[in-house]
Amino acid sequence: MATAAHHHDEHPTGITRWMFTTNHKDIGTMYLLFALMMFLVGGVMALIIRAELFQPGLQITDPHFFNQMTTLHALVMIFGGVMPAFVGFANWQLPLMIGAPDMALPRMNNWSFWILPFAFTLLLSTVFMQGQGGGPSAGWTIYPPLSVQGGIGTDFAILSIHMMGISSVLGAINVIATILNMRAPGMTLMKMPLFVWTWLITAFLLLGAMPVLAGTVTMLLTDRHFGTSFFDAAGGGDPVLFQHVFWFFGHPEVYILILPAFGIVSQVIPTFARKPLFGYDSMVYATASIAFLSHIVWAHHMFTVGMPITGELFFMYATMLIAVPTGVKIFNWIATMWRGSMTFETPMLFAIAFVFLFTIGGLSGLMLSIVPADFQYHDTYFVVAHFHYVLVTGAVLAIFSGVYYWLPKWSGHMYNETLGKWHFWLTMIGMNLTFFPMHFLGLAGMPRRIPDYALQFTEFNQIASVGAFIFGLSQLLFVVLVIRTMRGGAKATEQVWEGADGLEWTLSSPPPYHSFATAPVIK
Amino acid sequence: MSHAGALRAWRVSLGVYRARALERAGAKRAKNSLFLNRETSMHVVRSPSRRGAWFRRIAAVAAAFAPGLVTADYRLNFPPPETSIAANILDLHNLIMIICAIIFLIVFAFMFYAIVVHRKSRGYKAATFHDSARLEVLWTVLPFLILVGMAIPSTTTLIAMSDVSKSDLTVNVVGYQWKWKYDFPEQDISFFSTLSTPREQIEGKAPKGENYLLEVDNPLVLPVGKKVRLVITANDVIHAWWVPQFGIKKDAIPGYINEVWMNIDKPGVYRGQCAELCGKDHGFMPVVVNAVTQEEFEKWVVAQKQKASAEAARADKVWTRDELLAKGKQVYQACGACHGPNGEGVGPFPKLAGSKIATGPVAAHLSIVLKGKPGTAMQAFSAQLNDADIAAVVTYERNSFGNKTGDVVQPAQVKAAR
Repeated sequence: MATAAHHHDEHPTGITRWMFTTNHKDIGTMYLLFALMMFLVGGVMALIIRAELFQPGLQITDPHFFNQMTTLHALVMIFGGVMPAFVGFANWQLPLMIGAPDMALPRMNNWSFWILPFAFTLLLSTVFMQGQGGGPSAGWTIYPPLSVQGGIGTDFAILSIHMMGISSVLGAINVIATILNMRAPGMTLMKMPLFVWTWLITAFLLLGAMPVLAGTVTMLLTDRHFGTSFFDAAGGGDPVLFQHVFWFFGHPEVYILILPAFGIVSQVIPTFARKPLFGYDSMVYATASIAFLSHIVWAHHMFTVGMPITGELFFMYATMLIAVPTGVKIFNWIATMWRGSMTFETPMLFAIAFVFLFTIGGLSGLMLSIVPADFQYHDTYFVVAHFHYVLVTGAVLAIFSGVYYWLPKWSGHMYNETLGKWHFWLTMIGMNLTFFPMHFLGLAGMPRRIPDYALQFTEFNQIASVGAFIFGLSQLLFVVLVIRTMRGGAKATEQVWEGADGLEWTLSSPPPYHSFATAPVIK
Repeated sequence: MSHAGALRAWRVSLGVYRARALERAGAKRAKNSLFLNRETSMHVVRSPSRRGAWFRRIAAVAAAFAPGLVTADYRLNFPPPETSIAANILDLHNLIMIICAIIFLIVFAFMFYAIVVHRKSRGYKAATFHDSARLEVLWTVLPFLILVGMAIPSTTTLIAMSDVSKSDLTVNVVGYQWKWKYDFPEQDISFFSTLSTPREQIEGKAPKGENYLLEVDNPLVLPVGKKVRLVITANDVIHAWWVPQFGIKKDAIPGYINEVWMNIDKPGVYRGQCAELCGKDHGFMPVVVNAVTQEEFEKWVVAQKQKASAEAARADKVWTRDELLAKGKQVYQACGACHGPNGEGVGPFPKLAGSKIATGPVAAHLSIVLKGKPGTAMQAFSAQLNDADIAAVVTYERNSFGNKTGDVVQPAQVKAAR
């Protein structure tokens, strides 16, 4: 027994440790650092956009470059920022939370990470090919026929989307295999922490969605180069078909980006309320119903294409229904806080802000489902405000919450609470100044994806731009905080948080390189 | 329906409030003395509200950042509706927004109460409950019922919007990169509508006009009080025709024909924009509708027909080199969006100065202008420009930007090349 333990405790060092690692903790760390880098890259693109939009007229970009920025900002943030961050959490936390020694398929795990740097090198290299047409510029939704016109950047984007898709599908297979096969004795499905549940459901969504995206961008590629006309009306194809297939991926994707966030918040709130999660069972069922509904609402992204009225009514009703399970989740989080004994460390602040601000995005989503009103909102800044409220004040806030929550466990050091609180409040001010005025811009009639605008949109654009720079620059505090915590600081205890409950908190901080070599038993 | 009345009152109060904010910000911008400023606001606002103060502050912040640019013409909600459908949409939007806001306030009142009261620093001891089937059923069923309440007015409005039957007038709308074409099949009128804001304003070399980016050379002219049916499609990529005050936004899709209808209440100029990303100049293809009385509309139809026959006559004559160059420079404005005002090219779009096509054989040059280049943004202009326009622009391109072919291309040659 002792020799076996010794054998398993090898701890490689240097660059090869990271290149060849099959350790879920190392891979989780790489995913999270990669996501942080992409978050900064995508953030710089957002700041270029906001700088251009600070006042009417063209100042720093030409319209073609502006379109590349909006397209790449979205692709980088979705596929490079939020998704890898959640996979990083999954890698670190799933084995620790279900009492498994590692992920089920560790070599594949290494591969699914290492595809990503190549995918994003391919995608971002297009920025340096301005002579050949530069980056993809048809929006992240790459609607044909516009995307068929694009330069070489569109092909690079398609191939990098293929690689990201392979990476995601491999990751999803790994998550499912791990959760279904590697749970410690006694860890029944309905005893799993909610983060594990949300990731299990997310993994199934990934399996359902990513191959559809790969298929549709492949059709686009053959339309561009091999003479097919899937999406070309002149050749008997259908431009709207692309939108249907794209959003059949795209809407589950929205929940891929938010369900793990629900999971993180469901871990953080009970810890700092010192009270068990309210309505665990209904949370699981609500997550599953959201996942189901997410597959039958895709056409609400395309109400203006001219669908038959029965189709519009169906997609409106189905979309409205999503408000029910989402509402259940929000009520349960608030009921968890109710009559708790709350403290407000940084993870809790981010979690509360998530519940509060995500609900704004949820309610504007409900407004968007109302078809006649959607005709006014569609493709305006109201939509931009909506999806940034669910993705930034939703997913990104949950990611911050999760990092502050688990960083002491991962690194063995407490982060600097004062710096954390500064980061929180500056982020709050910056992001709300950025995104809230966009509601007004959209209602007043400003279309999205335009580099220049009519004069009546000036004021709110200026507020949004100022907010964006506050928001962007305050993330440097986060980078400093993470680096300082990784390097040193006060020792973290095993439990870290007074109210923390779960298998990961029974391990040392940081946990041993190989944890749960012997499975714990859950009563 | 008392709520409809309340909504309308709310809408009116928003409008009044907006007018106040406008005046205040305007006063601020005028950099008047504090005294005058106060006088202005006293004159306008009899009962200043806290909300008003908040917005005055925001306007002041905005004004501080860009003096001279601030228009104070911002609004917080939809522009005033000008058709019954747009009014219905606004009522629906306000109704749903108010319901959402009320739900939001109630739900988060609970959360903030808990945050204030149920905290450890106050010595509050945590309860241990973690389940309640009754509550779960309540907050599943109650939202569902609210949703049913929202779905009913939404459905009735949608059904009304979809009825395009019994229209008085049909207009075909075709989206092009980056302009709109309007056809009146019954009146036999057809023309393009292109952004008329000068380049200098966009590049910041000239002060921006009142309708910056929302002005065109040939607006769509429509009669008021008639049910107008628009039949919408596109020539190249997907566009979307949108005028907020009519409550209409519809995608223009190649190979698809979409229909919408509207009945404009009163004469006026209504402005909108393309709403679907359609390439480089997506932000520069506005929609302008000039709504006029039936008599004025009929006069306009006659004038349009006279203009068209004059154009046709000009195409048949032989043009001088100078005439062609002058006309060509004018037509080239549209080409310059991609190929650069001086033929220098823009990003991926090729330059014309010294290019093989603009300095090579005339036939190849005519062919690419007439037929376009498939798979690129270079469109076939044969349907968009008449023989004289194409002859002029080709002559211009072959004798400008340092190109010195000396060629003069006549409309008759273009006709033969078609």
